[in-house]
Amino acid sequence: MAGFRRISGRVIVAVLRQLTKLGWLLILPAITLPIWIVGTDRGWLPEQILPCPGDVLHTLRDMIASGELAQHAGYSLRRVALGFAIGAAAGLVVGSAMGLSRRVDDYVRPLFTAIAQVPALAWIPLAMLLLGIGEGLKIVVIAKAAFVPVVMNTSAGIANVPRAFVEVGETFRFTPLQMLRHVVLPGAIPPIFTGLRYGLTHAWIALVSVELLASSEGLGYLLVWGRQMFWLDTVLVAMIVIGVIGFLSDRVLAVVETRLQRWRIDGVR
Amino acid sequence: MSGSAALGSLGRGLVLPVGLLLTWEVASHSGLVNRQFLPPLEHVGATAWRELASGELLEALAASLRRDLLGFVFGSGAGVLIGLLLGLSTIADRVVMTWFNGLKQIALLAWIPLISLWFGFDEMAKIVFIGLAAAIPVILNLVEGIHATSRKLVEVGDVFRFNRVQFILFVYLPAAMPSLLTGLHLALIYAWLATIGAEYFMAAGPGIGGLIIAGRERFEMDLVMLGILVVGSVGFLVDRGASWLEQRLIPWRAASAQV
Repeated sequence: MAGFRRISGRVIVAVLRQLTKLGWLLILPAITLPIWIVGTDRGWLPEQILPCPGDVLHTLRDMIASGELAQHAGYSLRRVALGFAIGAAAGLVVGSAMGLSRRVDDYVRPLFTAIAQVPALAWIPLAMLLLGIGEGLKIVVIAKAAFVPVVMNTSAGIANVPRAFVEVGETFRFTPLQMLRHVVLPGAIPPIFTGLRYGLTHAWIALVSVELLASSEGLGYLLVWGRQMFWLDTVLVAMIVIGVIGFLSDRVLAVVETRLQRWRIDGVR
Repeated sequence: MSGSAALGSLGRGLVLPVGLLLTWEVASHSGLVNRQFLPPLEHVGATAWRELASGELLEALAASLRRDLLGFVFGSGAGVLIGLLLGLSTIADRVVMTWFNGLKQIALLAWIPLISLWFGFDEMAKIVFIGLAAAIPVILNLVEGIHATSRKLVEVGDVFRFNRVQFILFVYLPAAMPSLLTGLHLALIYAWLATIGAEYFMAAGPGIGGLIIAGRERFEMDLVMLGILVVGSVGFLVDRGASWLEQRLIPWRAASAQV
């Protein structure tokens, strides 16, 4: 009975803490939303500068109901998925080769650094001249954006596997393949995953850039289109969706990353 | 021994770039690929020389760097003020921080349509956008640095009966200095990226980004390549310069990192 009371007390404290957190969170909208609503209502701000929150919500609901939003988001997500898959796969191969072999690293590193130094944004016009403005352009630009952080983290992760681990493997007279499977890869997985997470973030940013510059569908195009039509509600809806998808994908990968990190710490102990 | 090993690795590093350039040159001259897609190297060189001699390239670069610097100064200045507020005031932190973290998830370039609706296509709009890009990493890193200030340092301040300003100047800012410098370093990189982005989409006035876009529209591959080369070189120099300054300003971190 006493134990139950203690546990329920702890639950209540936790719930209260979450509620206070939520309360703090609501203060900012509680101040800004009324100002925003009254301001647009009284016409202090023209609609082209800031539409009222009701309009934005209305547009959001309309675009969800008509399937327009899902269609544009679908285009963007498909592009990111394909570009990220290609870029990350190539990055894993090249990064592993560079991490495993000093010689490969010597050959590839300078060229890789030169390519990585120029941001994806600057490559887009060159890629547009070479590839046109079709689907290929988007995939290549996104893949390049994902490729760079994956290579950097994979090669560093593999090259930095603690010397002691490798010595243990040598004591067991592991073959190179066994060494890779039982020593190098497990030791390098956390940094490799960090690289994948950065790669996905960069891929998402590159998608927005390339869709802003050359696209006739997708979330970035929605931004450009709303801008041209002076439909600020559409622009705001597109921004919100871009933010939410970016946030969710980062969150999911962050949770997986902490899991991997914990596993590594336990492993070292 | 190590000298010849270093020379060997340098030689290996040159194989791919030189091979690539040679293939490019041969492909371009033999007519295997369209010259419009891959102009011979000497054409790119001639374009670079022409642009340099006419002063156009330098003018564009100067305009871009001016914007970059103005945006960085305003953005990081605002970032330091906001970061101090969020770092020192628990109330401001609780009320604003979660919303700020959500806002920063919006890819930076997605702000451009909104900013151009609000501020037009002029210098003002570009500098606001570059400032936004610079402010975000400064705020994040400064808040983190202030929160990580050691309890002991704060107690020392209590013993001296520091007032609020003294606390900021003598306790929190020095303690947060390494994080702040990291934030400023990132801000420099983001500001340069934002400069190019702003010039792409708000193509008014001279600038390197505008040069690249013009080259693309007129299908002048050599101009585009020249622009990309300049963007990459400036980014590289800014990054290296910032790293160098960081090491000079806080040598104690470099020392502790070696342990």
